[in-house]
Amino acid sequence: MCAASNPVAGRNGLAVLDPEEIRRALTRIAHEILERTHGGDGVILLGIPTRGVPLARRLAARIGEFEGLDVPCGSLDVTMHRDDLRLHPARALGRTELPPGGVDGKTVVLVDDVLFSGRTVRAALDALNDLGRPRAVQLAVLVDRGHRELPIRADYVGKNLPTSQREVVHVLLTEVDAQDSVMISGEGGKP
Amino acid sequence: MKRHLISAADLSRGDAVLILDTAEELASLADRPIKKLPTLRGRTVVNLFYEDSTRTRISFEAAAKRLSADVINFSAKGSSVAKGESLKDTALTLEAMGADAVIIRHGASGAAHRLAGWVQGSVLNAGDGTHEHPTQALLDAFTIRRRLMASRGGLGGASPRVSTVGAGGARGAGLDGLRVTIVGDVLHSRVARSNVLLLSTLGAEVTLAAPPTLLPLAVGSWPCAVSYDLDSELSKSDVVMMLRVQQERMSAAYFPSVREYSRRYGLDAARMARLPGHAIVMHPGPMNRGVEIAAEVADSVRSTIVEQVANGVTTRMAVLYLLLGGTEFPATGVAQ
Repeated sequence: MCAASNPVAGRNGLAVLDPEEIRRALTRIAHEILERTHGGDGVILLGIPTRGVPLARRLAARIGEFEGLDVPCGSLDVTMHRDDLRLHPARALGRTELPPGGVDGKTVVLVDDVLFSGRTVRAALDALNDLGRPRAVQLAVLVDRGHRELPIRADYVGKNLPTSQREVVHVLLTEVDAQDSVMISGEGGKP
Repeated sequence: MKRHLISAADLSRGDAVLILDTAEELASLADRPIKKLPTLRGRTVVNLFYEDSTRTRISFEAAAKRLSADVINFSAKGSSVAKGESLKDTALTLEAMGADAVIIRHGASGAAHRLAGWVQGSVLNAGDGTHEHPTQALLDAFTIRRRLMASRGGLGGASPRVSTVGAGGARGAGLDGLRVTIVGDVLHSRVARSNVLLLSTLGAEVTLAAPPTLLPLAVGSWPCAVSYDLDSELSKSDVVMMLRVQQERMSAAYFPSVREYSRRYGLDAARMARLPGHAIVMHPGPMNRGVEIAAEVADSVRSTIVEQVANGVTTRMAVLYLLLGGTEFPATGVAQ
């Protein structure tokens, strides 16, 4: 275990964001969304399962606190649009739930936990294309770890985390994993 | 999951619940402006139909097309089968054309199983003789779960597959504790056999109600109860599934007259009134109105017959996705 000497090393390796830092990052992203969209008018947040969905809900709650604005929030499953389907056994589908009113003419902010190769986001753009025609699409991620394989960048980033290709980043969220933290583990993901 | 879907007995409870959950997700596609997904682009699906069929063939075709697969329809009429070509030679021809999946309906029980030994791709049984029709059972289970389990929030549902996102109706649930009565011509019915196997895997209690002459000899070994008296089963049934009287497969007299059959085993308004308030009436179609089911029952709000057809497309999409959507061969990395 490469991070054994670090006091915050958990079962998944070295903690790079603690719950407070995650909270602050989301608070900042919520403010940035309000700023960039001129008060959040016509914005809907779509989380990419699994962990993008609770992140989208948290952002919507923050925006509600700050501006008293009820931002519609949903989920967008991208499994059927992935380009690596044939490299794995068929996987279970996540949920796609659009807020009433759909995406037509709205500013859609896609929300995911980690931005890596950009392939998930490409799949999300394709999936969105079949659901309607948003006015604009933006991307919010908690962690950007680099190593893009496609011309895609995030509009809102919680933390830029330079990593090596062989490292693995785990985002843990209370809603799914019973704790909030971002971990990085070494070589091949076997801490 | 296995590579083929030949029998409902091939499915574990986990497999079956995964198919139903996948179908539940795909059902929302019907409400979208673009009812198509790119998932099976470049895959070829062959509909190999040796027996007449409308709904099953069209349903499989719609399912494959909504997943962007190429569909080749083959019906025995007007093909080389009329010139005497064997099933094996036809299979090898399809294989040479690069079929990734073959959906077969055949009059001989076991045809799908034989075919699976001859072709590389997946084989989906769309009805073989009086043996099995597993996708019909899956769509029936899906219909039952949607109608009766969603409100119960997954009765007794300590399932390992509970969704992490939202409650999601009946997601992850089986059919535990439901009582299903399957009525009529069990002997000639592949639908009945597949349903008994699948519904009992999912935790339902299945009872067959039929005249003794229309029950198979080995029915004692099936995971279900047997009754000769429909009326005694009605009040305790959550689901009544009527089977078609298959005159075309009957070579002898199994009951004295259609009228007598209808009087003892047909579902009419009076019998329907004795069902519990929430109970539903199912029929795999095509119906003989006035024989096994009265027209007023078929058209009532309890009847799920039209819903079953719509659910058929969704369920078959789920099966095609789970069989064909993933890794093509054990050694990966070539297709990309």
